[in-house]
Amino acid sequence: MFAYYFQLGLRSLRRNPALTALMVMAIGVGVAASMTTYSVFRAVSGNPIPDKSTRLFTPQIDAWGPQQNLRGGEPAEALGYVDAMALMRSHEAKRKTLLYPVQLSVIPQGNRDLPLNASGYAVTSDFFAMFEVPFRYGSGWSEQDDAARTADVVISDELDQKLFGGADSVGQTLNLGGHDYRIVGVASHWNPRPRFYDLFSTSGFADEPDIYMVFNRALDLQMRTGGRNSCRGSLSFTTWQEYLQSNCVWITPWVELGSSAEVAGYRRFLTNYAAEQQHAGRFNWAPNVRLRDVMQWMDHEQVVPPESRISLAVALGFFVICLVNTIGLLLAKFMRRAGEIGVRRALGATRGEIYAQYLIEAGTVGLAGGLVGLLLTAVGVGGVGVLFRPEIAKLARLDPSLVALTFAVAVVATVMAAFYPAWRAAHVQPAWQLKSS
Amino acid sequence: MDIQIRPILIALRRHKAGTLLIALQIALTLAIVCNAFFIIHQRLANLSQASGVDEADVFVIANYWADVNRSTEQIDAQVRADLIALRQLPSVLDTTPASGYPLRGGGWDNFITMTPDQVKPTTDAAVYSGDEHFIDTLGLNLVAGRNFRPDEILAMGTQQAITPSTAIVSKALAERLFPDGHALGKSFYAMGTTPSTIIGIVDPLHRQGVDSWSNSYAGQALIWPLRADDSKGIYYIVRARPGQLAAAMREAPKALFAQSRMRIIDPKDGIQSYAEIRHRVYNSDRGMVILMGVISVVLLAITAAGIVGLTSFWVGQRRKQIGVRRALGARQRDILSYFLTENLLITGGGVLLGLLLAFGMNLWLMLRFASQPMPMAYLIVGVLLLLVLGQGAVLAPALKASRVPPVEATRSV
Repeated sequence: MFAYYFQLGLRSLRRNPALTALMVMAIGVGVAASMTTYSVFRAVSGNPIPDKSTRLFTPQIDAWGPQQNLRGGEPAEALGYVDAMALMRSHEAKRKTLLYPVQLSVIPQGNRDLPLNASGYAVTSDFFAMFEVPFRYGSGWSEQDDAARTADVVISDELDQKLFGGADSVGQTLNLGGHDYRIVGVASHWNPRPRFYDLFSTSGFADEPDIYMVFNRALDLQMRTGGRNSCRGSLSFTTWQEYLQSNCVWITPWVELGSSAEVAGYRRFLTNYAAEQQHAGRFNWAPNVRLRDVMQWMDHEQVVPPESRISLAVALGFFVICLVNTIGLLLAKFMRRAGEIGVRRALGATRGEIYAQYLIEAGTVGLAGGLVGLLLTAVGVGGVGVLFRPEIAKLARLDPSLVALTFAVAVVATVMAAFYPAWRAAHVQPAWQLKSS
Repeated sequence: MDIQIRPILIALRRHKAGTLLIALQIALTLAIVCNAFFIIHQRLANLSQASGVDEADVFVIANYWADVNRSTEQIDAQVRADLIALRQLPSVLDTTPASGYPLRGGGWDNFITMTPDQVKPTTDAAVYSGDEHFIDTLGLNLVAGRNFRPDEILAMGTQQAITPSTAIVSKALAERLFPDGHALGKSFYAMGTTPSTIIGIVDPLHRQGVDSWSNSYAGQALIWPLRADDSKGIYYIVRARPGQLAAAMREAPKALFAQSRMRIIDPKDGIQSYAEIRHRVYNSDRGMVILMGVISVVLLAITAAGIVGLTSFWVGQRRKQIGVRRALGARQRDILSYFLTENLLITGGGVLLGLLLAFGMNLWLMLRFASQPMPMAYLIVGVLLLLVLGQGAVLAPALKASRVPPVEATRSV
């Protein structure tokens, strides 16, 4: 019976073609607008490290005070050198890392080629395990290397490809900005988006980093941050040491905490640390600390561009209008055949059968709308670059899940829109229709 | 011509569902279209902001240093050599070293206070650093005071907080700091321990950022006489001779690499004309305009088509009644005006609900995204637009109805 009703549905698409085409187009355009904007929203609001996002936290300590801190009494979004080092010395967390962006260049051996840009991060040894960085060759470095301030680097797959043709380059020497480094590992493609671990300096959608170097080594070389730096009050530093002691914030800390007890313990530790600083006279305000996990941090840093939310909301509203439109047109389409329905009912068709027939007919309209929607979604996803920065635009992809979703949404929405018209059709009076009206 | 509203209302009661659907569609369409127009208007205002830069002839080179081991003196010597090399190019009119440029999309900004110990800042200014060629290279309009002298330019090394004793400020900043209008010769503090004295005023000068945070300090910027000799790199802003932009953009990097190869100028986006800079920084604003425009047009088309479809259906259903009315002496125009009035009533009901929805959506945008409150004008224009749209959409089916011959009264369906 389903197959027969489906055939009827296909046949009825050819009946009043203008009305049907209008419905199919409306559904198609509505679905495509929603799916295109959703594909971007999905990419920018997703969880970048799903299996660990509730165990990774970024601590904040207010080192500026209530007069200078951010709106709503929020502490700065990064740490200065003094507080960062204090967190690094403590043993409260299972794993911990500090990081800041560095901007370097690969100086070519010999004097033939031009130098290459190499941007990345100064990090500590735990970084790789905490954030589950996959390795193609070699590995990260050890805690002893942190302490020994070694000139070790981990490079990206892409840089390895550029410099060594993709060969195992572990043990090779690399000249970065005029200093030699030893390659200890090559990371496989790893670029979680949004880049939750550095939302202080990036919008969360930068290209994959090329290098990771030892944090202490970067400090020894007086390597300034390649990212953001934010200060308060009067500034008078002229040397690197003075800068380190200033209130400027530029280092992002992360800790990995196993249980809720550990989280509570770490919170206490942060509060105690701030209280100590208050007693020592470095802070003349009450402790003001935060400990946010990955998703809370992304929310706080407003990673999702407002354009993404607004365009998704408008597209969904647009789709609702298309559906209201479809209800009206289906009503017209079905009720035109009131006579036919009356005859069928008089000949013994149950209401259920009428329901089934007309809902399946609506389903075929939805299917056709889904096809149009899929074509338009493909066009839309290709044109996302019109609305979003290239680095975000390339995240929107027409993958199998989006294709399936497009069809499902089109069919389900149309069938739901058909409930009222089908109900009206099923309640056509058989006797009344048989009278010559 | 007297139109009876009551019979229409009674007839509408027989078509509750269709009436409600059209009204609901009108309401939702009004809500979205009003807000979309308002968003378009706001974004277009962003797009048309003046940078103050003579954009047709100016481009920017992002120059990274390959060697991080050099002292500030060595970097400064290299920068000055680069500037000489660039200024000697036949296609180049002028150039300046800089730490940032208008419409860069964010960058250096400092809080401004009137006294050194003032804690709550008076305002925030975008900070530009450049030499005595900065104003002429960008083509800024000096409305008061003077330009920097070559002897006032200081070299600023990596992570050094140097406060020059002179500054040129934008008119917007001057008026913000000294509302009485006598800013020239007065001083302010920009996160330094010593003051900077205003020696010149330019108008306009856009900030580096274009986000909403930056917009609350619109046009407030200062220029400090500094060569930013940062170990990371430097921007060279270059002004080409009129009509020689392309040639200058080709020659400039060659001249720099001839000076020294220990630098990186990204082949992809290391050199950008102001047209590219503007295009890039306003990407999402332009995108919103296009998206909202397309959605509005398609939405109005779909709503109109929906009205046509449903009304045609009603006309088909009522052929017999129309025939009876015609047989009883109703003229064609009576039938026409009946359907037009009917649509006016439905659309009227729809826009009333739509006004509430439009207001609600604007409220959501205000609460969630700090958008502006929508002026009444958008609602009025939206209402008129939809009333006209409804009348236009119903015209064809109504004309068809008016041509139903009186003889229909005698036929059975």
